[in-house]
Amino acid sequence: MHEMALTNGILQILQEQARSQGFSRVRTVWLEIGALSSAEPEAMRFCFEAVCKGDPLTETAVLEIVRPAGEAWCMDCCEVVEIAARHQPCPRCGGHKLQVTGGEQLRVKELEVE
Amino acid sequence: MCTVCGCGDQPVIEGAGHHHHHGHSHDHSHDHGHSHDHSHDHGHSHDHSHDHDHSHDHGHHHHHDHPHDHHHHDHSHSHSHDLHYGRGEAGVTVGSLDQRRIVEIEQDVLGHNDRLARANRAWMTEHGVFALNLVSSPGSGKTTLLCRTVSDLMSRYPLAVVEGDQQTTHDADRIRATGAPALQVNTGKGCHLDAAMVAQAMERLDLADDSLLFIENVGNLVCPSAFDLGEAHKVAILSVTEGEDKPLKYPDMFAAADLMILNKVDLLPYLSFDVDKAIAYARQVNHDIEVVQVSATSGQGLDEWYAWIEKGRALQLHRKKKLAARND
Repeated sequence: MHEMALTNGILQILQEQARSQGFSRVRTVWLEIGALSSAEPEAMRFCFEAVCKGDPLTETAVLEIVRPAGEAWCMDCCEVVEIAARHQPCPRCGGHKLQVTGGEQLRVKELEVE
Repeated sequence: MCTVCGCGDQPVIEGAGHHHHHGHSHDHSHDHGHSHDHSHDHGHSHDHSHDHDHSHDHGHHHHHDHPHDHHHHDHSHSHSHDLHYGRGEAGVTVGSLDQRRIVEIEQDVLGHNDRLARANRAWMTEHGVFALNLVSSPGSGKTTLLCRTVSDLMSRYPLAVVEGDQQTTHDADRIRATGAPALQVNTGKGCHLDAAMVAQAMERLDLADDSLLFIENVGNLVCPSAFDLGEAHKVAILSVTEGEDKPLKYPDMFAAADLMILNKVDLLPYLSFDVDKAIAYARQVNHDIEVVQVSATSGQGLDEWYAWIEKGRALQLHRKKKLAARND
């Protein structure tokens, strides 16, 4: 389960930011998990709680997950279309000539801190 | 705890002590210099669709915008008028709620690994090293294919192998038995190799310029897809003794790979594996994926695999030359 590794990445970002931006407590973390990213939101939630425990910086932090949709360029339609998963066909033409253009991100967007 | 692989156990790289190797990352310059915590006047302006019910409680100290309110001038107005989350009047802390503020950071969770991977990739280009990250389920025949490949190619090119497994040095031992240099990385509880492990392994292998580098990842079709190692290509190996729908079941990996090797094709007569379907499924998640069909035991299709490697290596050597010309 690589979500543990990923949440450790979040923790590392929080610690670096706390130093550089001078805050001592994280209230809320807004995390973007794109529909086509490699992370599972529920697993991220579980691991986030686990890694945040015991550190005053993070122990009361709440994880808010934002789910940007998957987006792909359909080479046949010459258009950007929305897809929910990688194996899904173009919702317009049913083809699979798709190049993913969005929804792969796994990114800490914003923090509420004090 | 390991910063990237997340495992409680530290990875063990042959020949290395247990000290943590992630510390050597040189480029800690964050490429997100725009972290502008003072950009919006009121925390409510950011455009999250979900409503967060924490009130920011900052309205009450806005009255210092009106100079006439200040009959007592003995407090200093050291703060700017842009934002008031973190300060009470006159810079005095008036309670924890007033300390709250929003900071926009826009940082990729995998940013640390990605930076190290970029450094690996840059080093490899500079030195003409052509690296392939071999990924598959356990039991796909990766190591057997690799042993055969290494034996066949070691007279043609300088090459080396990094073997990733949770435990044991069995795979590296098998590669070394062919006479090729190999280094085992044991990830402990970790389910994938990361860029820092590969950086350290490369250092230890003391790679010759223009080498081929095979990185055999931990047998796992899920986690290694997310971790860039700096390789030129991910190569997904699917053996015909597995289900042909694996590309659909594990789409991230087949989407991240540039080549799918269908292995053990000598067994096809005894199986109901549908090759065309497997290829169609792979192209469903990755329209551009190339496919070669091989048998590491019978040798079938290996020439095609070696030709693919040769083509990629030639391109990498071309990149090295161009880079050197640019740096001259």
